[in-house]
Amino acid sequence: MKYEAVIGLEVHAQLLTETKIFCGCSTRFGAAPNSHTCPICLGMPGVLPVMNRKVVEYTIKMALATRCRINGKNSFARKNYFYPDLPKGYQISQYACPLAENGQVEIEADGVKKRIGITRIHMEEDAGKLVHDEYSPVSYVDLNRAGVPLIEIVSEPDIRSSEEAAAYLRRLHEILVYLEICDGNMEEGSFRCDANISLRSRGEEEFGIRAELKNMNSFRNVQRALEHEIKRQQYVLEGGGQVAQETRLWDDSKGVTRSMRGKEEAHDYRYFPDPDLVPIIIGDEWTEEVRKTLPELPLEKRERFVREYAIPEYDAGVLTVSRDLADYYEEAVRLCGKPKIASNWVMGDILRYLNEEKRDIKACPVRPIALAEMINLIEDGTISGKIAKEVFEEMWSSERPPREIIEEKGLLQITDVDILKKVINEVLEADPEKVKQYRSGKEKLFGHFMGQVMKATRGKANPKLVNKILIKMLADRE
Amino acid sequence: MELNRLTVHELQEMIKGGEISSVDIVKSVFRRIDAVENRVHSYITLLRGSALEEAEKADQEIKRGNIKALTGIPVALKDLICTRGVRTTCGSRILGNYVPPYDSTVVKKLREAGAVFVGKTNMDEFAMGSSTETSSFNITRNPWDLERIPGGSSGGSAAAVAADECIASLGSDTGGSIRQPAAMCGVVGLKPTYGRVSRFGLVAFASSLDQIGPFSKDVEDCAILMNVIAGHDPMDSTSVPVEAPDYRKYLSGDLNGRRIGIPKEYFIEGIDPEVSDTIEKAIKTLEGLGAKCKEVSLPYTNYCVAVYYIIAPAEAGSNLARYDGVRYGLRSTNGDDLLEMYKHSRSEGFGAEVKRRIMIGTYALSSGYYDAYYKKASQVRTLIKEDFEDAFKKCDVILTPTSPTPAFKIGEKMDDPLQMYLSDIFTLSANLAGIPGMSVPCGYTKGGLPIGLQLLAGHFEEGKLIQTASAYEKHSEIKGRRPDL
Repeated sequence: MKYEAVIGLEVHAQLLTETKIFCGCSTRFGAAPNSHTCPICLGMPGVLPVMNRKVVEYTIKMALATRCRINGKNSFARKNYFYPDLPKGYQISQYACPLAENGQVEIEADGVKKRIGITRIHMEEDAGKLVHDEYSPVSYVDLNRAGVPLIEIVSEPDIRSSEEAAAYLRRLHEILVYLEICDGNMEEGSFRCDANISLRSRGEEEFGIRAELKNMNSFRNVQRALEHEIKRQQYVLEGGGQVAQETRLWDDSKGVTRSMRGKEEAHDYRYFPDPDLVPIIIGDEWTEEVRKTLPELPLEKRERFVREYAIPEYDAGVLTVSRDLADYYEEAVRLCGKPKIASNWVMGDILRYLNEEKRDIKACPVRPIALAEMINLIEDGTISGKIAKEVFEEMWSSERPPREIIEEKGLLQITDVDILKKVINEVLEADPEKVKQYRSGKEKLFGHFMGQVMKATRGKANPKLVNKILIKMLADRE
Repeated sequence: MELNRLTVHELQEMIKGGEISSVDIVKSVFRRIDAVENRVHSYITLLRGSALEEAEKADQEIKRGNIKALTGIPVALKDLICTRGVRTTCGSRILGNYVPPYDSTVVKKLREAGAVFVGKTNMDEFAMGSSTETSSFNITRNPWDLERIPGGSSGGSAAAVAADECIASLGSDTGGSIRQPAAMCGVVGLKPTYGRVSRFGLVAFASSLDQIGPFSKDVEDCAILMNVIAGHDPMDSTSVPVEAPDYRKYLSGDLNGRRIGIPKEYFIEGIDPEVSDTIEKAIKTLEGLGAKCKEVSLPYTNYCVAVYYIIAPAEAGSNLARYDGVRYGLRSTNGDDLLEMYKHSRSEGFGAEVKRRIMIGTYALSSGYYDAYYKKASQVRTLIKEDFEDAFKKCDVILTPTSPTPAFKIGEKMDDPLQMYLSDIFTLSANLAGIPGMSVPCGYTKGGLPIGLQLLAGHFEEGKLIQTASAYEKHSEIKGRRPDL
């Protein structure tokens, strides 16, 4: 392509505080309309906002995790516009002095590592919701969400493809969830994204005219919308046209973006400092106090896993997708001492079962101690890997420890050489023709005999032993 | 005896002495209201029923010997101070039926101190005005001359005290809205330091300038009310966590050696000669009491009106955005879509002066104009504040006329907003600087109209104002004069 995409993302993340940003109402999602409201978040005449300090603390966490510079003096501004979901007719946000500036996160897209700059992170309040009646021309206002704390994370226009955009979003999402400051639920709107996108000829320094994309409620939709928009803008430019500076909405069902409002209809928000709030001073002491509470972040954890457990980067990536999964894995490793085998089990059966049942790792019926025990039983030859699959299935459904299952079902591995010899003998006796063929050079048949032995022992025979004895017995046979 | 004519402290003495009950006082106040209210129009809402109930409760407390600062005392509230369950209109059609679901902090404090609420007083719509004529309800008359305005925007609260339709009242002051009507109605009015009294529950006009303050019949009552309403409020982030003193302790003491600054910029052409003569006399009186009066300078005085009329409307335009007809207040039934609903509700709900200020404010904050107007005004505001800081290095209090003229005729300035704005020319600066200001009666015109003198002091120096005013009041000859209604 002759053109290069220039993309910047604005992410809104709802913070997981108990109460709203300027009043004591609950932030919980899904309550009856307007049940989590008070005169303050309803914008009644005469009310005043009081800042929730937890919001500042959480935002400092995000700022530290994204290596931002934290501004010592924070002030709030009013963003003025009319809409029924905005009770005061203005949104309290930060404008001139955001909490954090000049940060970065590292992403990897198509195998290439890259840093994406973060322009700013600021605190603001969420608006309510309109509910439109499907059958009559009536709209209702639900203000439960009004005043729920948000942070807006604005990236630099460093992103060059829809893949990079998705990788950047996943990274932010991961950090927010790791920090336990946002639940990251995109369907409920706790993590939302708008995109600014323009094209320019490769090699060109100046940015092209950008469009702002809204209404993309999943990582996939962000990617699709950007891909569509890149093609659309390319088409416009190649046709000699000019991209309009406008806001466009992603239409998920049609898979297209369409114009919502042009530059002329753009709001003049008339930002000015909110006289109802005093500046918040964030001293080094506060920052350091918050820094102490920071958990190990995903990238650090990933690097440590590779270093400490000698597992592939890929494994480390999968295992650190969430803090809970990583904790699960680490606990299992601590108990069995077999990092790679544990990784295989967690990435394989455990994640597959969890996905199938749409369960969270926290609700995994096989606890790390059980998994570790099972791994130990495989390693010491008590059961075979194959039997282990069966045992695991039972562990999952019954939540019982593996040893109990093995004993009850008689699944102990057969390592008794005499018993194995007897079984092998029977297998060879049963098909002298194949033995002859083998001996005359058709070595492929070895697998067949192996299979027959395993079948005869219902998988319990120790495969290594069988292998050894079988080679010998076939050679001895005359 | 007409109890309604007495002061808080006089009535409290009688209550403590068991001579009278709260019900006696409340009945006396409502008798007065019945007699004069149809001429004065101080009130938008009267609370006759609940006031009597509150008085009865107060009497029970009195019997138990539980007498607090305002127990049983009938007080009136400007109709932009939110009262739970009682309509709070802001003098506007748009809030004509608005009943707040909560009490403002000052109302809570007054209740706790035992006060009885007489009613909600008339005001300029959203406190925008200097004559109470922009009210959507009535035109309040000046009790001293019913053809004249009581001042504004807290005209109803000032007139109610002057006409003895209550014992004391609360108003709010954004650019002079307590002090100017206090001067014009011949009562005491105090605008506290910004942050001294909680704004929680005060319907906002200009948030960085608004302050609630008392109207009273004398300085002692002013101190009593301040003791009740002053103090930090966690619900108001701009209220200052500085402990409020007992203001009554400033009621004694003399003025020996007190330095009073007379800013030359405030004695300008255009001041009514009767006003300047009266102020001159007051200065002599103060000097006679031992005060040292000397000229000081506040060089940025000339910019006050310009700065005020950018900052106040800018904040107002934003503060009044919530009156959109969606959740409460007037919703016009004209118009078919959301935009039409907004336009009609606001066009029908707001009066001309409010619309004028919303437009000025919107313009001043518009993209491309912000730096030239709002930002510049904020910078000059800092200079105005510094003017006072410099001046207060040389004096303890500053004395000026409260308003350049006594009360003017109804309708006289309604068609000339600029003339109307100049009525607050001496009071705006205190709001811009955030300092406390007080108006005290100091004389009358030949025609019998009250004249007020304004005292200003540094941040949180209300005590100095009360002390100066109290000493002056004791020696002025005008105390006790009442309008002939």
